[in-house]
Order: sequence, then C-alpha cells, then structure tokens
Amino acid sequence: MVPPFLEVTDLACRRGGRRVLDHLSFSVGTGELLALTGRNGSGKSTLLRTLALLVPADAGTIRWQGEDVVIDPDRWRSQVAWLGHLDGLKADLTVRENLHSSQPDRARVDAAVAAFDLSALATREVRTLSAGQRRRAALARVAASTAPVWLLDEPLNALDAAAQTLLHAAIARHLATGGVAIAATHADMPSARPLELGA
Amino acid sequence: MTGFGALLARDVRLVLRRPGDVAVVLAFFVVATALFPLGIGPETNLLARIAPGVLWCAALFASMLSLDRLFASDYEDGSLDLLLLAPWPLELAALAKCAAHWIVTGLPLALLAPLLGLTFGLDPLALAALTATLLVGTPTLSLIGGLAAALTLGARKSGALLALLALPLCVPTLIFGAGAVEATVSGQGFGVHLAVLAALALMALATTPWAMAAALRQAGE
Repeated sequence: MVPPFLEVTDLACRRGGRRVLDHLSFSVGTGELLALTGRNGSGKSTLLRTLALLVPADAGTIRWQGEDVVIDPDRWRSQVAWLGHLDGLKADLTVRENLHSSQPDRARVDAAVAAFDLSALATREVRTLSAGQRRRAALARVAASTAPVWLLDEPLNALDAAAQTLLHAAIARHLATGGVAIAATHADMPSARPLELGA
Repeated sequence: MTGFGALLARDVRLVLRRPGDVAVVLAFFVVATALFPLGIGPETNLLARIAPGVLWCAALFASMLSLDRLFASDYEDGSLDLLLLAPWPLELAALAKCAAHWIVTGLPLALLAPLLGLTFGLDPLALAALTATLLVGTPTLSLIGGLAAALTLGARKSGALLALLALPLCVPTLIFGAGAVEATVSGQGFGVHLAVLAALALMALATTPWAMAAALRQAGE
C-alpha cells in the first residue's frame, strides 16, 4: 500500500508552557489542499511551524512518503516552500531580486511573476508596494519554488478578490502537478479539505 | 555554494542600496580617530606611540556599530524562516552574512586606516602593518560579532548586549593587531603577530558558524 504523501501521528507541541497541539493526527494525499481552521490561538501557525521543523514537536511523528522527517531534516526542508505571517521579503530589493535570491531559475521566476500579475511591479522595490502587493510577491516566491509541499500561513491576508483568484489558480496548478498544500486560514478556500484545530 | 554566493550577493546589494549605513560606520571611524590628535596635540612621537591602539580600538568599535542589524532585519521581516528552511546548511548562511558584513565594513575600514595613520605620523612600514593586520583581523571581528548578534537576536537592548558579549572575545585580536603595528614602529617585524591573527581568524572560522546556526535556530522557534 502506498503511504500518504504526508502523515502526522499523535503530534504534540507546547508553546510558552501551554499545550497548543495534543495528539493531533492527520494525513494529506498527493494533490490535496488541507485548510487549517480554528480560532485565534488554536495552534494553526504552530502546526505549520512544527511541520516545517521550525519548532520542535514534543511528541509524535511527521512522515513524508513514509519516512520520518527528523531522520533527514535537510531533505525534508528542501521539499518545503514556506509563507509565514511575515512576507520574508527584503524591502530594499525589487520584487524580481527578492524572487531570484531564492530561485535562480529565471524562467520559473518569470512564470511566478506572471501568475501573480506582478509584471508591472517586478522592478519596483518592495518598500514601495502595498500590503496586498507584497503578499502577492511573497506568494510568487512560493510559486517559483520547485518544492512539492507548500506551507502557507494566512495566504489570503491583504489580498483583494482578484488576487485571491490568482492564488487559488496557482494552488490548483501546484496540486495538479502532484504537490500538496497546507494553509492556515480564516477564509474559505475552494476544494480544500478542512481540519479544524482546537475543536 | 550557489546559495552561499546568492546570499552574500544579496546582503552586499542590500547595503549598497543603503550606503548611509556604511557611511556612518566609516564616519565614526574617522571622527573617533581624528579626536585623539586634536585632544592630545601635535606631539608626533606620542601620537605614533598610541596610534596602533587607537586605530585598532576605533576599528573594533566601528565594526560593532552595524552588527546588531546583521540578523535582526531577517528576524523582523520573516526571511530568517527562509534561511532556516533553505536546502543548504544554516552554518553557510551565517558565514555568508558575516562575509558580507566584512566586505562592507571590515574591508573599507582596513583600506581607510592607512590614511588615518598618516595623521598620527606613522611611517610607511607601520602603515603597511596596520593595513595587513586589519585585513587579517577584521574577519575575526565580523565572525565574533556575528555570533554575538545571533545570540542576542530578539533581545531588548540587543546592541549593548552584543557589545558586552563580543568585545571581550575580540581582545586577543586587538592585542595582536595593535601589537603588530607597535612592533613595526619599534623596528621589529610583524610577521609573528600576523600569523597569530590569521590563526585567530581560522579558529573563529572553524567554530563560530556552528554556534551562530544553533543560536539562529533557537531564535527561530
């Protein structure tokens, strides 16, 4: 039997002395979008950071293609494209320079810039962009990556309706190539399987 | 090495976009050293005697000025997470950032120092020793400062804490750097001092990237 693409078993994590995640188990199959929902403080961001190994888990396992990710964390990290609360963009660099600093392949950067309708903004310094435009640039960085696992923390933040459509289309293309996406969100995401935390 | 080169180029480009940051460091170096001849007076022998210590101390303080931003901007804008998740060793990322700091701070200080040495009446051989020791010694300051910057990341008053952590660790470099120029002024060679400075730089190169990476991982949690 082929194991799920990503399988989480009995995951537990404490933050600031408080148990945020406790005995959490779920799996994500190839081509699937998992939407993490729940109230503020329910552990959505903590779960994403734990999956990315940015925060150590207190218990439980995270298996990717059947293998525990802590056995070879560098290999696992190379499979992850990350969008955090913060955009992770350098304000003094242009959109294109920001994307190039993590993706040397010009064609992939061009495609991501086009996918998020950033062509007219590509040579502008990030400090001159609006919050929504910066979020689109950060999402374009994720889309330019070749990593099969997208971990997105509130990807819809500051996006207008048109930009949200672009994001949904980018996620759909990523899933169609066999990738997976896990997004912490308070908004509806089409075709996503919800996982409510803190329920 | 692609990631190392890309990060190094990115950080150097970022500084070049804000040349004011480097200008402040160099201006501090010039002003701090220029105050001594003004305060002590035009006694050439005395100035030449204190020059090695003054120039090296000023270079040390100047290189500390910009260190608190070494990782802080990455921490504040979220790009530290991207470094932690990069598919290449975090130790190399930390090293690339220290290398960029040296290129935009240590290197200009070393190249500017002989001009300031002239105002202290240093002879050409002493000026050569000053430049050589700063070229070999300032990478150590960037590496030790980088370690202190990583350890104090996210702390309040991190600038003062950084200096308190880094300055004592820089004492051996300061002693041998200033000592090399002093030895040259008194007619001895500076080869041994330079060799010790190189050894200190190699020791810092061999140890600090791992400590920086561990501190950055801790800060990223």
